[in-house]
Amino acid sequence: MPKLSYLKALNRALGDELERDPAVFLLGEDIRAAASNVTAGLFDRFGADRVLDTPLSEQAFTNFATGAALAGMRPVIEFQIPSLLFLVFEQIANQAHKFSLMTGGQCKVPVTYVVPGSGSRTGWAGQHSDHPYALFAHVGVKTVVPSTPADAYGLLVTAIRDDDPVVVFAPSGALGVREDLDFGTLAPIPLGEGRIARSGTDVTVVALGHLVHDALAVADELAGRGISAEVFDPRTVYPLDVDGVVESVGRTGRLVVVDDSNRTSGFAAEILAVVAERCDLAAPPRRVTRPDGAVLPFALALDRAVQPGREQLVAVINAVLEDR
Amino acid sequence: MTDLYRTVRLIRRFEERAIEFVRSGEIVGGIHPYIGQEAIAAGVCAALGPDDVLTSTHRGHGHVLARGADPARLLAELMGRETGLNKGRGGSMHAADFALGILGANAIVGAAGSIATGAAWAARSQGRDTVAATFFGDGAMNEGMLLEAFNLAALWQVPVVFVCENNGYATTMPVASAIAGSITARARAFGMPAFTVDGQDPEKVLEAMNTAVARARAGRGPTFLECVTYRFDAHHTFEHRARLSYRSTEEISTGRSRCPVEIQGARLTAADRAAVDAEVESLLDAAAEVALGSAHPDPAAALAYLYAGGA
Ligand SMILES: Cc1ncc(C[n+]2csc(CCOP(=O)(O)OP(=O)(O)O)c2C)c(N)n1
Ligand SMILES: [Mg+2]
Repeated sequence: MPKLSYLKALNRALGDELERDPAVFLLGEDIRAAASNVTAGLFDRFGADRVLDTPLSEQAFTNFATGAALAGMRPVIEFQIPSLLFLVFEQIANQAHKFSLMTGGQCKVPVTYVVPGSGSRTGWAGQHSDHPYALFAHVGVKTVVPSTPADAYGLLVTAIRDDDPVVVFAPSGALGVREDLDFGTLAPIPLGEGRIARSGTDVTVVALGHLVHDALAVADELAGRGISAEVFDPRTVYPLDVDGVVESVGRTGRLVVVDDSNRTSGFAAEILAVVAERCDLAAPPRRVTRPDGAVLPFALALDRAVQPGREQLVAVINAVLEDR
Repeated sequence: MTDLYRTVRLIRRFEERAIEFVRSGEIVGGIHPYIGQEAIAAGVCAALGPDDVLTSTHRGHGHVLARGADPARLLAELMGRETGLNKGRGGSMHAADFALGILGANAIVGAAGSIATGAAWAARSQGRDTVAATFFGDGAMNEGMLLEAFNLAALWQVPVVFVCENNGYATTMPVASAIAGSITARARAFGMPAFTVDGQDPEKVLEAMNTAVARARAGRGPTFLECVTYRFDAHHTFEHRARLSYRSTEEISTGRSRCPVEIQGARLTAADRAAVDAEVESLLDAAAEVALGSAHPDPAAALAYLYAGGA
């Protein structure tokens, strides 16, 4: 079977949607030359009006996309750096997201915001390494963090077809993931539907994006020691597949969350909260996250120290299994 | 001629009545009155065609009315009623009527220029003959996002007209203390033509706007109009109680001496003018009756429309 990389999956999703729907167009910085590789070949296939290379004007072009969406288009913006989302938080959270309600349902704003290379890029330091998906979930903007190539394809396609703004985080730690698959099986994946990435009986590990792969590796390692960990990948941060999480934790009775958000008000905090509301647990739940208010330091050892890692995850799973 | 008068008179009387409804508590949260600036909305909107679109500001009632929105539905919106333009979900600063191409008033200073630019660009790429007009104040000239929009519009020759309503102040901040260089020079720096227009005279505004719209429709890109005007009333109705002192009574009376309603009214015969005035009063009487008689939204539906298709 052919192999598909995560990056190529994003590229394929964009190409397929541009092909399918003339209302779709891409805009962003250096997308003509495909500096991030996500848009490789698309300018040649679709031309300058559908692959719109923009000046460095994130705030204006994010609102520009909202305006184009109000006029019937389906813009997809590629952002070069995850931290640029802070610069355009106004344009997404306070403009695009609010138009539907504030106008009493007179319009829709189907804009997709894609961030290839979210989270730490290793060595890119403080202003290039954020992973602010919890922020968008907090304001109610639909937000996905795919972990696999097939999910990257399927969720990006769904995001583009969705009639609301959707943020798509493509973690840098996942961009290199490759998957053997039959391209014919690539299909849209509904928002708000999680996936059991590995079945298990002793503990549920909820993981998102690149951390799904870490969780799977840890689960493999623990299997050798007789521990059966289930890995649940929510895929969508908002709207969250609460039933999926509750179903899994209901079976295992134990919960660990591994999350690349900062700790306070992070994504893991929300998972712990919904589980506390709905499940009877055999042990207190635990989470592995970035520290509170983390700014990613440059030096490699420091960068790694503030990101959730496999060793911490193993330790926390062991602790949850001992707590009873 | 009569139409322009009807528009400025309608806006003036709508605003005066709206201020009364703020005082009586029917309008909660207050409004930013457009009084004194009516000629700009009237002139700009008179130059637009049926497929054109506009974006508006926190001081937007005049733009919405001049574009032809139903005064009853605008008033109902200000009163937070279900019959309002936005079903009571937007209020004074967010009035929108997509059926008329009003893509919304926007409460964030400087935000709408880039939205209008995107809408106009999209319409052109769909083969439509749409021009966008986007209103903003002198205060917005210091918002980077708007300056970015000037660049995009000029770079891509987008059919948009930037209408700057220079009323001398951003809340209490005088233009002279806020803007280095000149407003039109900033626009010209992006390679678009920029004109300073008498914003008190609706015919002057219309004339300038006609040229700008023709240019945009001919595919020659954006134009910038600085309409010089004066805000006769408060920045916001809260100021009626707050009594801020940032402009002198002499200045205010000089500013009020060039009233758009009088300037345009003087072009009509007394009889014609009286007839329009009477027509406007009965329209607004009816609007008030409709608005006051309209249902309040159901609190159970407070988050209706949050997402597309969610009634
Ligand atoms: C980005 C932003 N900053 C501040 C405000 C608060 N504010 C509302 S209106 C206003 C003054 C705007 O001045 P101007 O653009 O000249 O319009 P005018 O009120 O004179 O019509 C300010 C500061 C805001 N709404 N948005
Ligand atoms: Mg002003």
